[in-house]
Amino acid sequence: MSRAGNFGARLYRGDVSYDFVGRRWLWYGISIAVIVISLISLGARGLHLSIDFKGGAVYSVKAPGASVAQATDALSGVPGVVDPIVQKVGDQTLRIEIGDVASQGSKSDEIKKALGQKLHVAPDNIGAQVVGPSWGNEISQKALLGLLIFLGLVVLYLSIAFEWKMALAAMVALVHDLVITVGVYSLVGFEVSPATVIGVLTILGYSLYDTVVVYDKVKENTRNLAGGARMTYSQAANLAVNQTLIRSINTSLIALLPIAALLFVGAGLLHAGVLKDLALALFIGIAAGTYSSIFIATPLAATLKEREPAMKALARRVAARQQAEGRKKAAPVEPSGQDLDEGQAEPAAVRAGAGAANGAGGSASAGRAQSARPRPKSRNRPSGKKRR
Amino acid sequence: MAASKSGPRRTHPGRALAFVAVVVVALYGTMFATGHTTPRLGIDLAGGTSVTLTAKPIAGTSGKITPDSMNEEVKIIRQRVNSLGVNESEVAKQGSNNIVVSVPGKHDQRTLDLVGQTALLYFRPVLAATNPGPLVKPGNTPTPGASGKPTPSASAPAKPNAAATPSASAKPSGQPRPLTQDLTNQPATAATPAAAATPPPGASAPPGAGSLGDIPQDVQDKFTSLDCTSAAARAGGDNADPGKPTVACAQDGTAKYLLAPAAVKGTDVPTASAQLETAAQGVVTGQWKVVLNLNAKGTKDFSAITAQLAKNQSPQNQFAIVLDGLVVSAPQVSQQINSSSAEITGNFTQQSAQDLAGVLKNGALPLALTKSDSQQVTATLGGDQLHGGLVAGAIGLGLVVVYALIYYGGLGFVAIFSLVIAALLTYAIAVLLGPVMGFTLNLAGVAGLIVSIGITADSFVVFFERLRDEVRDGRTLRAAVEHGWVRARRTVLVADFVSFLAAAVLYFVSVGTVKGFAFTLGLTTLIDVAVVFLFTKPLITLLAGTRFFGGGHRFSGLDPKRLGARAKTTPIARRRSGVPAPANSAKEA
Repeated sequence: MSRAGNFGARLYRGDVSYDFVGRRWLWYGISIAVIVISLISLGARGLHLSIDFKGGAVYSVKAPGASVAQATDALSGVPGVVDPIVQKVGDQTLRIEIGDVASQGSKSDEIKKALGQKLHVAPDNIGAQVVGPSWGNEISQKALLGLLIFLGLVVLYLSIAFEWKMALAAMVALVHDLVITVGVYSLVGFEVSPATVIGVLTILGYSLYDTVVVYDKVKENTRNLAGGARMTYSQAANLAVNQTLIRSINTSLIALLPIAALLFVGAGLLHAGVLKDLALALFIGIAAGTYSSIFIATPLAATLKEREPAMKALARRVAARQQAEGRKKAAPVEPSGQDLDEGQAEPAAVRAGAGAANGAGGSASAGRAQSARPRPKSRNRPSGKKRR
Repeated sequence: MAASKSGPRRTHPGRALAFVAVVVVALYGTMFATGHTTPRLGIDLAGGTSVTLTAKPIAGTSGKITPDSMNEEVKIIRQRVNSLGVNESEVAKQGSNNIVVSVPGKHDQRTLDLVGQTALLYFRPVLAATNPGPLVKPGNTPTPGASGKPTPSASAPAKPNAAATPSASAKPSGQPRPLTQDLTNQPATAATPAAAATPPPGASAPPGAGSLGDIPQDVQDKFTSLDCTSAAARAGGDNADPGKPTVACAQDGTAKYLLAPAAVKGTDVPTASAQLETAAQGVVTGQWKVVLNLNAKGTKDFSAITAQLAKNQSPQNQFAIVLDGLVVSAPQVSQQINSSSAEITGNFTQQSAQDLAGVLKNGALPLALTKSDSQQVTATLGGDQLHGGLVAGAIGLGLVVVYALIYYGGLGFVAIFSLVIAALLTYAIAVLLGPVMGFTLNLAGVAGLIVSIGITADSFVVFFERLRDEVRDGRTLRAAVEHGWVRARRTVLVADFVSFLAAAVLYFVSVGTVKGFAFTLGLTTLIDVAVVFLFTKPLITLLAGTRFFGGGHRFSGLDPKRLGARAKTTPIARRRSGVPAPANSAKEA
């Protein structure tokens, strides 16, 4: 555990820094590729919809020893039942799906009686779900409405709590999550039911939560940035991502654990239904959401912010300062006041500020995880204090 | 930032913890006192039948879906469902055009068939009216009605313009009476309609002859044997052929009627309203009446039938307003009514007048109900799903506990206790919300609770990571707690607000059982905020004073060495002067 704790410390101070923001074009590229694949799959394969969207009936019969053939046989005798899909779910239950069963009572009754007779089960012990064809429409409409409302509220809220550029970046990340999740469903062919839809919408809430955690730190780091010359916005944002990396990973892991339990029980014990659909959507979505908060939202926000004139000026000043420091490296001198200025302010920002400013060439090259920064000045410090 | 503090701020962790303890005790005390110790379970956990009905105007009519018409439909269906005699069945509107019917325990086709039919309204002339119980032929020993319920009296009204009421307020008498006697006596269920601008009613004519003999034998037998006191007979949903005579019960079970074929269709009575009666000089009498308007066809039919009825004697001068196969009201007619508006007067209260007007309005524009989504869950399946949900919850909780202990050491225990408190609060609130607002816990709701374990734990992670960061900076634990809390609580609030927002949007957008997911998610987010503020933080403040945590014991999760905290530094002033910093001077809080 001490290694993990140490790792966390080094991330916090900026001794170790993964360049998320600097390598943004790599992440954008990956994401675009995944999104394109998702869209192609959606267009070509579409989604496997449950009967809630298509209309039809699902019967479940708990009859140990019953076989698929028996059920199919029983159903062939009922007029009007075309192409029933019979599956054995677990070792005790048969699941029969019939499209286009009108929700007239008599038809469903007949089917249950036929099944009951053949499989020696009382019709009252056959579970049934019958859905009319327009029900799915209602669900989809409401889901779409909810999505739009949610995105609108999110943009509003983020614009107020942070700023609109960050809100925009967060929105892009959310849409990205959505497309990827739906793409996975389409590619693999998982069934989409109303519970799935709700799960996907929940993901948006969760992804936003994750993004807000990182944005909070970014805001903290960049608060008084424009006036100084310590680091550019991108560097500060990158530092924020690194500092919250441990937290992000932890929160995602902890959130995923109960969902994994749900998935295990839903798919394993109960074989189908609300638990499994919700859990699957949440599982995929939270993974996508964590990815997008780290690799998409923050770098994109940084890109947008860097276009501001104030930030551009800052970048110039930082670059100039690095050049000056580079020249100073050549000549051994007493530590200038600037080192001490950095001593007492926000410890985190400072450490990384020093680290980032020291890395030659600014943010783009800090991709190497450095465990020991070369600090020629420290060798000349009379106090002999080791600076890690 | 750190230099400005002169000492630890005085917080009162004990108070907050005590408050939480009091709340928990109060909630559980209420639970045990009122006898509700388990939450209400939905259909998919307890077994039963659930149907979602979507309302649409009938094609060819100008009906619209309005809150009023939906409320009327809900009433009709409730009447039907209550007849099944199952406790805790629920009929509720969902959204603007859906009605959800849940009947726990029963999962048979009859329930489904019962609720989906369109309720139609007819006016049918009354041929005979009697007590609701099964009848005996004259000469036999009279026996009480099947369930011993009181029967309406046969006392004649005091005046011709009788102020007797529709069935609702009939007085009991206690003995059934033979059939033939009833045909000549006047039942109490009578009210006198009076057209808007007509002279006072004249005397009634002798009863018409011949109408009774035309009734088929099976209908007569049904009239004899039908027991209107039983709830099953008053289920409604029986829209008999309007062209044939039929037998119907009064909606409240106080009378039984033999009815002629329908004379006026409900759709020909476009509007009706409840109004205050005014006497001739315009003085408000304080009584209520129901005014109905008829369209052209309705006026013609109504005129014809009132002409005929006015010649008869009671009960054959009454026409029954039959909705969904049940007689809602059976006013008397004393003269032909030619105009397109008619009034029904009697002992109406405001409520009963409005009820009748609502029935008439709904009957004018009945909505077609289609079964959009029906589920029949057997009790075994319900039990399986409940079992599955509990197992998932236990596993999820277990995994989170293990992870918290491994990664956070002693702090993990704080997280576990907080989770336990949150679970206790959530359970108690879920139980108490059942009787308070009819909250039922279904499978999606259980999923929401399990997902929220992770989300609640996340709040702790935010706080603990912040704590650790502060310790890494070299602060003592006490200082780290106070300082870190200021930062962390903002993040917790923002993040929980976002979660709650998402849950709220989900709640309004979801259809069907998944609404339960959104509800429990939102509920647990609120509880999370309360627990973090009132329990977790005060607990950590208290623990920071102990040696185990405050001193940074190896397993406490806050060991500075393990966290890689920097060696303690000294203030700037000393460094400037060049004096080497002592290795371990304590940093000020």
